[in-house]
Amino acid sequence: MRDVKMKLSKHEYPGVGETLYAGTLDNGLEVRVIPKKDFSTYYAAFATRYGGAHRRFAVDGRRLDTPAGVAHYLEHKMFDLPNGDNALSILSANGADPNAFTSAEMTCYYFECTEAFEENLRMLLHFVSTPYFTDETVQKEQGIIAQEIRMGEDNPGMVVYYKLLEMLYDHHPIRDRVAGSVESIAEITAGTLYDCHRVFYAPSNMVLCVEGDVDPEAVARIAEEVLPKEKAPVPTADFGEEESLLPSAALHMEEMAVSAPQFLIGLKLAPGEGGPAFHRRYITAELAMRMLCGPSSPFFLRLYEQGLLTADFGCEIDSPAGAFMVIAGGESKDPEKVQDEFKKECARIAREGFDEAFFTRIKRAAFGSKLRGLEDFDNVCVSLAQGVFEGICTLDAFALLEGISAEDCRRFVEENLTPERMALSVIRPKAAEAAG
Amino acid sequence: MEYSRSELMPGVFLSHLRSDKFKTACMSATLLSQLKRETASMNALIPNVLARGTTRYPDLEQLFARFDELYGAAVEPINRRMGEVHCIGFFASFPEPAFLPGGEALLGEMTTLMAEMLLSPNTRGGLLLPAYVDSEKEKLLDLIRSRVNDKRSYAVTRCLEEMCCCEDYAVSRFGTVEDCEAIHYKKLTRYYRELLRKSPVELFYCGRAPFAEVENAFRDALSGMPRGEIDYEIGTDLRMNALESEPRYFEERMDVTQGRLVLGFRLGECMEDPDRAAIHVFNAVYGSGVTSKLFMNVREKLSLCYSASSAVVLRKGLMIVSSGIAFENFDAAKAEILAQLEAVRNGDITDEELNAARRAVASDLRATLDSQSDLESFWLSQAVAGLDYGPTELAELVEDVTKEAVTAVARSVELDLVYFLRDEDGDGEDEDDKDEGREDEAFEA
Repeated sequence: MRDVKMKLSKHEYPGVGETLYAGTLDNGLEVRVIPKKDFSTYYAAFATRYGGAHRRFAVDGRRLDTPAGVAHYLEHKMFDLPNGDNALSILSANGADPNAFTSAEMTCYYFECTEAFEENLRMLLHFVSTPYFTDETVQKEQGIIAQEIRMGEDNPGMVVYYKLLEMLYDHHPIRDRVAGSVESIAEITAGTLYDCHRVFYAPSNMVLCVEGDVDPEAVARIAEEVLPKEKAPVPTADFGEEESLLPSAALHMEEMAVSAPQFLIGLKLAPGEGGPAFHRRYITAELAMRMLCGPSSPFFLRLYEQGLLTADFGCEIDSPAGAFMVIAGGESKDPEKVQDEFKKECARIAREGFDEAFFTRIKRAAFGSKLRGLEDFDNVCVSLAQGVFEGICTLDAFALLEGISAEDCRRFVEENLTPERMALSVIRPKAAEAAG
Repeated sequence: MEYSRSELMPGVFLSHLRSDKFKTACMSATLLSQLKRETASMNALIPNVLARGTTRYPDLEQLFARFDELYGAAVEPINRRMGEVHCIGFFASFPEPAFLPGGEALLGEMTTLMAEMLLSPNTRGGLLLPAYVDSEKEKLLDLIRSRVNDKRSYAVTRCLEEMCCCEDYAVSRFGTVEDCEAIHYKKLTRYYRELLRKSPVELFYCGRAPFAEVENAFRDALSGMPRGEIDYEIGTDLRMNALESEPRYFEERMDVTQGRLVLGFRLGECMEDPDRAAIHVFNAVYGSGVTSKLFMNVREKLSLCYSASSAVVLRKGLMIVSSGIAFENFDAAKAEILAQLEAVRNGDITDEELNAARRAVASDLRATLDSQSDLESFWLSQAVAGLDYGPTELAELVEDVTKEAVTAVARSVELDLVYFLRDEDGDGEDEDDKDEGREDEAFEA
């Protein structure tokens, strides 16, 4: 035993065979490590609580308002290193498979590898904490990002999603596209990127999650060595005044080159307060929606048999950047009819509740799905990171699941899934494309 | 991880991987047949119709209730093509006993349930139910029509179709609208029975149960399977050269804001005795991943695109380069994509590029060992190709690939067709064109 203070504490989840090491370093960085014996893959995710929705914020008493798309732009430019090197190339040359994504609530840099883990981890921490931008390189990226934005405009899934968010949220910035627009990104300069990096990429605003055959304390030690020592103030995001639970519009339709109508039904839930109470609300919503419109629900089965829904119909609970919502959708020849049926089913459940035997089965199914989710390092690390930003631990879901009743689920439906709260976004085929 | 393989019944093969590291076990049952235009839609439809109900669980409600009871154990229809072999059947995964109350073992029930879905569908008078067939037919038609929705995969599919217009590889694993519309439940039942009698069957299991236990479970579950004369004459025809002496050009117009440029190549004479490791490394050097020449030059240096990447279809001896570009950049992007291939042919490959490519391919292969679904598709692919080495052995070969071997593959590659998806009213030449960076095109998924 070395006489060194352990940085991380150990949490056992014997029911699902996992052990989590968790802790906060002196510089404020949150670290989560799940050791996995017998696996060749190592996965590391280094994420900042900074996404497309963090456009307005306060730090050190200063208030700032930035164009849409900065977080994503920053992600693209972070890979450039001062000596002209590119972190993506260095990591790849070292056998790692690196990448990054920006969502409404976070920017996450990650890699997967089967060798040289510690070296790759050092590189990940180094490049994400080393800003280097010139006006020339920032300018050059505009063409690439503009193409990415245009690709999104041709993607019906993306269009139907953002149109829904625009109806649901009056001013919350999750309604803005994470990548911004061709116009908004034109305002971004090297100076903007340096400012936002300084504010949001301090260790106190970040989390490091690792899974693989590693020594958790070694991971914490490397993070301390590579990252800045000081604890910087954490920025406060300004998402505007709390929104009403009602959507600003109930229906949006537009036409694109698609073969059949695509639709999403959505509604807002009261914002996430974080912590275990929120986690419980989240899992209750998951169970309720699985019973209401999951693959074995009476609603889905009836509409599937009637040819109104296809197997790709799905439902998602999402809590980006303090928002909290339920979204269900897919493809249908008659989305409005689907929404009518959905409203009727919600009213019926609110009245009659869920069948107990059905509830017991769904709980077993939910357990099995969550267990399966643990096989995927990417899924585990990213949801651990997201959990840190929401004050929850995703592994607690198994225990929470046990304490939720069918009545909790009924009440969730009664209180939230009311007709006036719903909005419907539809992409219809252009007349010429409809013939297929 | 121990691998074993045996023939359980005539033409029924089990690949078994024993491993303690996963929390769930997985298995699949796949019927193999020749990919052909006349049967593709029927093949696509069969697993979906079978998944509607069995004799014991006659409708979705009862079947799904059973899945929920088995801890969300899904048995999902699969429809893949591996080269010109059409692979249809079911994939299932379910929790290992160690994580269930009382250590409940699901293997026996799951093999029974999967076999039942394959062999004992809900029928009337021995015929598949017209209602199930019609309903799944409508959904399949919608799916076939929906291929236009995703412009990236649409463009790649169209390029492959035009390139292989005289080969079965042009046939989609879903078939065509016309063939699908013509399906009648009686005809489908006849075809399904025939398929059961003569298709080679590949079974796969990965989990904690020992070989003998899995073998017995499958043997019991499949004991009623009719076996006739097995059709072992299935496989993929390789065409070594481009169809015409000059590369063909095919343009399609649609209401899009971004152009899709796809180049289709034949891997050429290197397919006569393919060095699989070298072909994978060549692909990584040239166009797959962020250290590749396409990524570094077409995207990073010239900013011609958001992404440009290559992928090989080894089983059919093809390579595809796919990129998203501004309409005006067509000429510049195409020229640069071909210039980078020329560079590989001329041996203009640095040690760093070669090392990065070898490590990326080897690492991907080793990571396969950590994912059950990747293992399943790796071993099915090996079975179809008649190969028996595992991901680790292939990774070792990859690490020894030389620059000369990569250059030799590049010299063998030949451009066959250029496909361009563009806007409806643009005039040919504008200004500048962009590619999308990195994409993993799942050609055969």
